[in-house]
Amino acid sequence: MGRKLLTEHINVPGIDTFEVYRKHGGYRSVEKALKTMTPDEVVEEVKKSGLRGRGGAGFPTGMKWSFLAKPEGIPRHLVCNADESEPGTFKDRELMSKLPHLLVEGMITSSYALGANTSYIYIRGELLYVLRILEKAIAEAYANGFLGKNILGSGYDLDLHVHPGGGAYICGEETALLESLEGKRGNPRNKPPFPAVQGLYARPTVVNNVESIAAVVPIINDGGEEYAKIGVGRSTGTKLISACGHVKNPGIYEIELGVPVEEFIYSDEYCGGIWKGRDLKAVVAGGSSVPILPKDLILKTAAGENRLMTYESLSDGGFVTGTMLGSGGFIAMDETTCIVRNTWNFSRFYHHESCGQCSPCREGTGWLEKVLHRLEHGHGHMHDIDLLVSVAKQIEGNTICPLGEAAAWPVAAAVRHFRHEFEWHVTHAKQAAQPGAVYPAQGVLA
Amino acid sequence: MESTTATVKPQFSQAAQAEIARLFTHYPAERRKSALLPLLHIAQAEFGGWVSPEVQDLVAETIGILPIEVYEVSSFYTMFNLKPVGKHVLEICRTGPCMLRGSDELTANLERITGAKVGGTSPDGLFTLKEVECLAACGTAPIVQVREKYYEQLDTQEAVDAMLNELRNLVHRPLLPWEETGLQHTQQ
Repeated sequence: MGRKLLTEHINVPGIDTFEVYRKHGGYRSVEKALKTMTPDEVVEEVKKSGLRGRGGAGFPTGMKWSFLAKPEGIPRHLVCNADESEPGTFKDRELMSKLPHLLVEGMITSSYALGANTSYIYIRGELLYVLRILEKAIAEAYANGFLGKNILGSGYDLDLHVHPGGGAYICGEETALLESLEGKRGNPRNKPPFPAVQGLYARPTVVNNVESIAAVVPIINDGGEEYAKIGVGRSTGTKLISACGHVKNPGIYEIELGVPVEEFIYSDEYCGGIWKGRDLKAVVAGGSSVPILPKDLILKTAAGENRLMTYESLSDGGFVTGTMLGSGGFIAMDETTCIVRNTWNFSRFYHHESCGQCSPCREGTGWLEKVLHRLEHGHGHMHDIDLLVSVAKQIEGNTICPLGEAAAWPVAAAVRHFRHEFEWHVTHAKQAAQPGAVYPAQGVLA
Repeated sequence: MESTTATVKPQFSQAAQAEIARLFTHYPAERRKSALLPLLHIAQAEFGGWVSPEVQDLVAETIGILPIEVYEVSSFYTMFNLKPVGKHVLEICRTGPCMLRGSDELTANLERITGAKVGGTSPDGLFTLKEVECLAACGTAPIVQVREKYYEQLDTQEAVDAMLNELRNLVHRPLLPWEETGLQHTQQ
């Protein structure tokens, strides 16, 4: 049983109220930071913890914080990225709706470290009901002197607001998020300047994922070194994994980084195996943007070592035989899953969500969707398979933001590992176009 | 559906105006445009589940920005309905994890029961069906969002029927969070 640094009290009745949360040790990190530490000392602890951004990119949080420009007389901002939209990922929604005060506490401690006096939580618009939960928690924090002027007599002031999006995956990209927060379309900005220099309202800004901000709480409570003792190598601490798709027990699991993938899938402590007694076919381990891996490569690396739930182990083998931990959106597919249909579905998603700013992404995602649609529906040609790879390659690296790569990688990986299924959709076009049809080489279906 | 060519200029309710005034305090005075998305949500809830050009003009005027600044935003984000909708908009998640758990079947089932096609409204005006991308509830797929509520694990007929019955029996629209009077309002 691994340690639960974030979710230990998640099922305590009333933990969404200030009173119960406080009784279970809530807001200690604020007291410790504001009363006994300088802002730089807080940053230092986060650096020592080795915490890496939990939104997907995995960039060290402490280092990101230390890049924040601090020009005299210009306000700085901390913005929490709660625009959780990566298919397969639902950890932040769970964390915010059940433990709203954990995020509020993390925001206060982190804002103090960065010297921000106005901070925002940008939450996806679909989660308006979670916005209400957070606003209630924020009101309670104000009423108890943890927000507002002169918090705990420290002289530090902080206002915290929640801001809803309007339904756009792209706003999870940090500069698109800032545009959106300014009341504009979510078009990602060219970088540089980076948000650390010119972010919200052209002021120095840090944007962090919900889970990263929440992790600051145990890091300050117990010290960065304690946090860094959990995990393997540069993958320190715990991570929330959203398990979904064809696992027996979908849900949120807080794991110590380093759990073997096989244990995560098959142990009753986690996913409990694959549903309906079926065999596992493939896994998308870190949200829909990361490369899909077939069963043998998700359980073991190409070198035959056990694959672990860490940033390094999952990316072992690069994109040839590896993938990424990403956001922790863990999508399992059983033997009856049609990989072509699934790839088409994800391509449709990226085409729909492309902001349209860069031609390679706007046009390329459309091409990917179109070609996959005709393969899936029995109108494909053999040369379409290489066309997919070619279009994916031309998107990659040619766009302002990473949505282009996010659209291209899954397609390239699906063709790399499941080319036989794409070919089957051409050679057995009529059969493949039937609803529920699946490549028959594996498993029970004829 | 009521006439969409109303000549009476739309006005926010007093409760909504109070909420808008509160929201304006969240942003620097010279950055009031930041309140655009929150205001569009309020407008859509106040004026029958969609934002007409007149309603968008009201939003622009309330903030003090040009109407085009509202139009370009409302057309970018998928949550804002730019055409009239039925009483309840069922937003069905169609993305991978939901598809693996039966969202295609759910959509077909809802089309059959309601008589609406995706993108359209049922003949009785009760339900508009809309397919949307990932709603971040993949662990309880397949799911449907209706206003601020998530209906989850809709993989059985019972669950689907329970959702539709709940919605059918809602004579009044749900109380909006900024309405503190406690009075129920009749459907617009």
